[in-house]
Amino acid sequence: MIQVKNLVKSFGDLEVLKGINCEIKEKEVVVVIGPSGSGKSTFLRCLNLLEDFQDGEVIIDGYKLKDKETDINKVREEVGMVFQRFNLFPHMTVLDNITLAPIKVRKWSKEKATEKALELLRKVGLEEKAHVYPDSLSGGQAQRVAIARALAMEPKVMLFDEPTSALDPEMVGEVLAVMKQLAKEGMTMVVVTHEMGFAREVGDRVIFMDGGYIIEEAEPSQLFDYPQHERTKSFLSKVL
Amino acid sequence: MDFRWDILQEYAPFFLKGALLTIGLSLAGIIIGSILGLAIGLGKMSPSKILKLPFVWYINFFRGTPLFVQILLIHFGVMPLILDTPQPIISAIVALSLNSAAYIAEIFRAGIQSIDRGQMEAARSLGMTKVQSMIYIILPQALKRMIPPFGNEFIVLIKDSSLVSIIAAPELMYWGRAAQGQYFRVWEPYITVAILYLVLTLTLDKLLQYIEKRYSNQ
Repeated sequence: MIQVKNLVKSFGDLEVLKGINCEIKEKEVVVVIGPSGSGKSTFLRCLNLLEDFQDGEVIIDGYKLKDKETDINKVREEVGMVFQRFNLFPHMTVLDNITLAPIKVRKWSKEKATEKALELLRKVGLEEKAHVYPDSLSGGQAQRVAIARALAMEPKVMLFDEPTSALDPEMVGEVLAVMKQLAKEGMTMVVVTHEMGFAREVGDRVIFMDGGYIIEEAEPSQLFDYPQHERTKSFLSKVL
Repeated sequence: MDFRWDILQEYAPFFLKGALLTIGLSLAGIIIGSILGLAIGLGKMSPSKILKLPFVWYINFFRGTPLFVQILLIHFGVMPLILDTPQPIISAIVALSLNSAAYIAEIFRAGIQSIDRGQMEAARSLGMTKVQSMIYIILPQALKRMIPPFGNEFIVLIKDSSLVSIIAAPELMYWGRAAQGQYFRVWEPYITVAILYLVLTLTLDKLLQYIEKRYSNQ
C-alpha cells in the first residue's frame, strides 16, 4: 500500500530524514515511536506530501507522489490524516466539517454525504453534536470529529500525527478506543504516538525512529520486550 | 456672530446631491478596491520573488505617495490617454479604487496569514485543491477578522474622497468650496460639510459595529 524508498528531507541545512526505507501493507497498523525531533512526524507528513522532500520516493497505492503525472489531490483523497491539534474548521458545524470534502471533492450529493457523516458520528459516539460548532467540543470530542471527517472520504489509509498529544489525560482513552475499533475493521493505519500501550496492543508493527533514521522495527512484543539496539533500549527505559 | 442660514438654504439641494455622490464614490472605491485588493494581496503572497514584485511595488506606490498627487496624476495624466474628454467622476472612482486597493490588499494579506497553517493543511489533506481550500476554509475565517480594519479603510475613504473636489468632481466638498467661493464665508459652508461627513462616518461606524457583533456570535 505504501512504499518509502530512501526518503531524504531537510529544512534548509538541517537534515531531518536521512534515508528512510519501509513498506506498509494493506490492513497493517504501523506505529511510529521515537524521541521528539527524531523526524517521525515529518516522515508521516511526507506520506501525503504535506511536507515536500528532497530525495527518494514515496509510492502510495501505486502512485509515485513526486511523479509529474500524479495528481496529489487524487492521492490525498485516499489518505486521511488526523492532526495533533485537530484542525477542525471553526466556522462550520460539526456536520459541515465532515460533509464538506465528500461534497466538494468526491462530488457526492448533500444527502449522501450527510447520511455518511451521521453514520460516522454515531460510530465515534457524537451523533448529538452534529449541529454544534467545534469550539463547544472538548478536546477528545474534537479529535473524534476530526477522525470522522477524515473517514468520510472513505480513504484507504489513515495517518495519525500524535492524535492524543494535545489532549487532557482523561480524554486520551476515548480517542484511542475509536482508533482501536478502526484497526479492528481492517483500516491501514500509520500512527505516530507516545502511547506505548496503544502501540503494543494495536500495532502490527512498531517502528522506532531516532535522528532521522529508522533504528529498529519489529512486532510490538519483540520490540518492547527484546529491543536490539542501544538507542531503542535507552528510549524505552525512559518512556515505559 | 451672524450666521447666514440663507446660504445653507440655497445650497441645501447641492449639499444633498454632493453627499450622495460622496457615498457613491466611496462605495465604488471600496467595492472595486476590494476586488483589486484581493487579487493584489494574493499576488503579494506568491512564493515566487519575481511574481510578487509588481504587487509589492503597486502597494509601495499607492501607500507611499499622497492620494492628492495620485488624483492629479490620474485625472490630468493617465485619463487623457484613455478618454478624449476626461470625466472628473470617472477619474475620481479610478483614483479612489486604485488607492484603496493597496490598503485593502494589505488587509487581505494580514487576514489570510493570520489563519492557522493547520487549517490549510487539514483542507489539503482531504484532497481539496489550493483554490477550494482558500474559498471554503481560509477566506471565510479571514474575512471575519478583516471586518474591523476593512471598516476603518471605508471610513478613511469617505473622508479622503473630499480630495477629488480638486478635479471638480461635484461631491460634498466641491459644493462646500463653491459656496465658500460665492459668498466668501468660511463657517457656513465648511462647518456644514464637516457635520455631513461626520454623519456619514458615524453611521457607517455603527453599521460596522453591528455587523461585527453579528458575525462574532457565530
